[in-house]
Amino acid sequence: MQTSSIPSEQLKIVIVGHVDHGKSTFVGRLFNDTGSLPEGKLEQLQKIAERRGVPFEWANLMDALQSERDQNITIDTAQIWFQTQRRQYVIIDAPGHKEFLKNMITGAANAEAALLLIDAHEGVQENSRRHGYLLNLLGIRQIAVLVNKMDLENYSEEKFRSIEEEYRVWLKSIGVTPKVFIPIAAKMGDNIATRSTNMSWWQGPTVLEALDQFNVTDLPDHQPLRFPIQDVYRFDDRRILAGRIEAGRIKVGDKLVFAPSNKTSTVKTIERWNSPQSDSASAGESIGVTLTEQVFVERGAVAALETDPPYELTRFKARLFWLGKQPFRPGKTYKLKLATQEAECTIESIETIIDASTLGTLDRPKHDRYIGRHEVGELTLRTKRPIAFDAHDEIVVTGRFVIVDGLEVSGGGIVVNDNYPRRTSDSLHKSHNIFWSHGKITTEQRVARNGHRGRVVWLTGLSGSGKSTLATELERELFIQGKHAYILDGDNVRHGLCKDLGFSPEDRTENIRRVGEVAKLMADAGIICITAFISPYRSDRDIVRNIMKPGEFVEIHVNAPLEICEQRDPKGLYAKARANEIKEFTGISAPYEAPLKPEIELCTDKLSVAESISKVLEYLHMQDDDAPAMI
Amino acid sequence: MDYLSKLENQSIYIMREAFNKFENLAMLWSIGKDSTVLLWLARKAFLGHVPFPLVHVDTTYKIPSMIEYRDRLAKEWGLQLIVGKNEEVLKTGVTYPNGKATRVECCGTLKKDGLKQVLEKHHFTGVIVGVRRDEEPTRAKERYFSPRDKNMEWNVEDQPPELWDQFKTDFDKDTHIRIHPLLHWTELNIWEYIQRENMPISPLYFANEKGERYRSLGCYPCTFPIKSNAKTISEIITELRGTKVPERSGRAQDKESEDAFEKLRRDGYM
Repeated sequence: MQTSSIPSEQLKIVIVGHVDHGKSTFVGRLFNDTGSLPEGKLEQLQKIAERRGVPFEWANLMDALQSERDQNITIDTAQIWFQTQRRQYVIIDAPGHKEFLKNMITGAANAEAALLLIDAHEGVQENSRRHGYLLNLLGIRQIAVLVNKMDLENYSEEKFRSIEEEYRVWLKSIGVTPKVFIPIAAKMGDNIATRSTNMSWWQGPTVLEALDQFNVTDLPDHQPLRFPIQDVYRFDDRRILAGRIEAGRIKVGDKLVFAPSNKTSTVKTIERWNSPQSDSASAGESIGVTLTEQVFVERGAVAALETDPPYELTRFKARLFWLGKQPFRPGKTYKLKLATQEAECTIESIETIIDASTLGTLDRPKHDRYIGRHEVGELTLRTKRPIAFDAHDEIVVTGRFVIVDGLEVSGGGIVVNDNYPRRTSDSLHKSHNIFWSHGKITTEQRVARNGHRGRVVWLTGLSGSGKSTLATELERELFIQGKHAYILDGDNVRHGLCKDLGFSPEDRTENIRRVGEVAKLMADAGIICITAFISPYRSDRDIVRNIMKPGEFVEIHVNAPLEICEQRDPKGLYAKARANEIKEFTGISAPYEAPLKPEIELCTDKLSVAESISKVLEYLHMQDDDAPAMI
Repeated sequence: MDYLSKLENQSIYIMREAFNKFENLAMLWSIGKDSTVLLWLARKAFLGHVPFPLVHVDTTYKIPSMIEYRDRLAKEWGLQLIVGKNEEVLKTGVTYPNGKATRVECCGTLKKDGLKQVLEKHHFTGVIVGVRRDEEPTRAKERYFSPRDKNMEWNVEDQPPELWDQFKTDFDKDTHIRIHPLLHWTELNIWEYIQRENMPISPLYFANEKGERYRSLGCYPCTFPIKSNAKTISEIITELRGTKVPERSGRAQDKESEDAFEKLRRDGYM
């Protein structure tokens, strides 16, 4: 009967290092010294060694393949388990041969902590440095360095300190701070499970003590929600979005935005089978979700909360290591896999090519730049269609990717932080490769038929400055003159087109963006489109101005002093804002950015409505007269 | 999140990836504890459904109560069950129990070739298998998504890298992929999970009146019970926490030579 308490956590540790620096021997010894070897295993290995006439090696414990035993090397990664009072451990033994680097990375990618072995006699070698670099790139921050084979150096503290010094400097240059350096002799078990009598100068922890000081990685449930869709199931009448929450939390009633399609819907239920019913789920859980409104969502979409969406772009900066037999080259199309998304991608530019064991940059001529096998590159990637992602140092799972070359997973990388534009302005970026579809009717034909150009007359100003009054009057006057005019009214668009938006700065920006797009289409149809929106942010109005042809956008500042507007208060909004019933009200608790160079300024405290309208009509006539095409 | 939930969520993720990526997917069900946990996890992953057929490669030498248990669950859970047998070899009688083959040869024809015949007949491109890394050293070297060529051979020296749950899902049409959602589980984890989920499990795992129970199920001529008085799942868990006897110690075919099992696996054995 075991009396020890049952450990409730599991820590995954990878053992890495240069070839022959003693990784497998260390693991064999660790197992033996913690009483974790299966019964008969030691005897079996001794018998095999005897039969083959070779000395017994602890290393053979992990080397399960005949070719590994034949050559005394670890070819592929393996995992074994043991436990201390504190917790269970999964030990991942990773090969040290450069040839098997992809296997080392496979082992390390699954770990939360690493033990890196350096042979005290041989000192820091190529793979000691390369593995340190790759562990960091893989996101492993808990590293202990074991200086092995201290017996070959007479257990010399001086030797240990000199290796520690040399390797610390290297690690520091790549931004890594190891938890601890420990002198060991794996073959004899010095400082592994028990303190070595040969190194009385060593006051630090044994390996086992150091392991117990590592932490199990917390699941990122306090980060913004990232729920990449793996699949959509319709086994019965429900439509269930299946996936694993990679970051954050999700609960019934949450309004989700699905990137990169930008469809939105609300969480109706969270689905699990044979688990206690719960209205919420957090990072690490593989769940299903049903929605209140059916939107078309496929595998690859990343669900997020509207307040914290991922980036959606077709290019990003990355750091990548290449494992492919063929080099990674510009001009060739590869497949990028990021979370559950897949997209065709190409290299836009290679900034730097790095030898991960020296940190030296590799100089290749501009016309023949590529990233070779086992090299690291800093580069810009471009995907064929927009993908949703995050920077790796913000959200890990949506900040890393692999590259598939043909049929093979050939490289892995992380998204490097940069000044990526966020969603609202991303929409402009996204439309980069979409071309305006021209019909058979030209603008000139429309002008000839209508007798005027299509335009956007954009009225901006404080609430109560007179925008709506002027807009309706202007529309009537234009109509009487036989022109095609129509008002896009702020309240009207919020009834339909923009009913999903609130009044936060982000939502106001999106509101104006959508109105701008509709106004542009109307102008293209030959209509004089009048808009009456406070549109308080200069940059938002400029976005609309910039999507129009020069001269098509007529900005009118309807300018009345705040006091006058507040006296008028046609909708009673100022009173509510003063009473703090409306938050973020323009002019009171939110800013209004007046146009710097409007086409027209109408001071409605000085001009009558009729005077104002004449001024606008005069401007429009003049503009049309200037346009020879319309005659 | 406790570690059993972590293991469970990872397995569900892998199974859902497999289901999304492969048109013709099947799951092997040997009726033992691991593949039954696998079946349970499939119901978790697909919210009560098992959306692919289950394949049982029957050597006809299975312990009879395993077959009863299989047919009962298949009916209760509405499973699509495909039973494969290497009829040709069974007809000629070249088997170990007949004294005409070694244990390893017998496993090779009845299980390995039996499986190959089923895969070919139904054109399965992906097969979900319940092997675990801690069962046996060559299985420790496995990938979650492990390619096999048209002769079912495993190129163990050149396996695809697996980074961050991005698996190999692109391959030649002549190959198939073995998917191993339980790779990261241990024997103890399996029992802790069976207990937590209150899953039905074959009665052969529990001690009989003679003080014997099976720790691993297989064909009766080659699989032997261990001495044990564990009659409940809790008692099995307690027993496993205290033992250092390897799980497959009751499997005689593993012991014929140093690399008997490795050879079987390279050729396509599970």
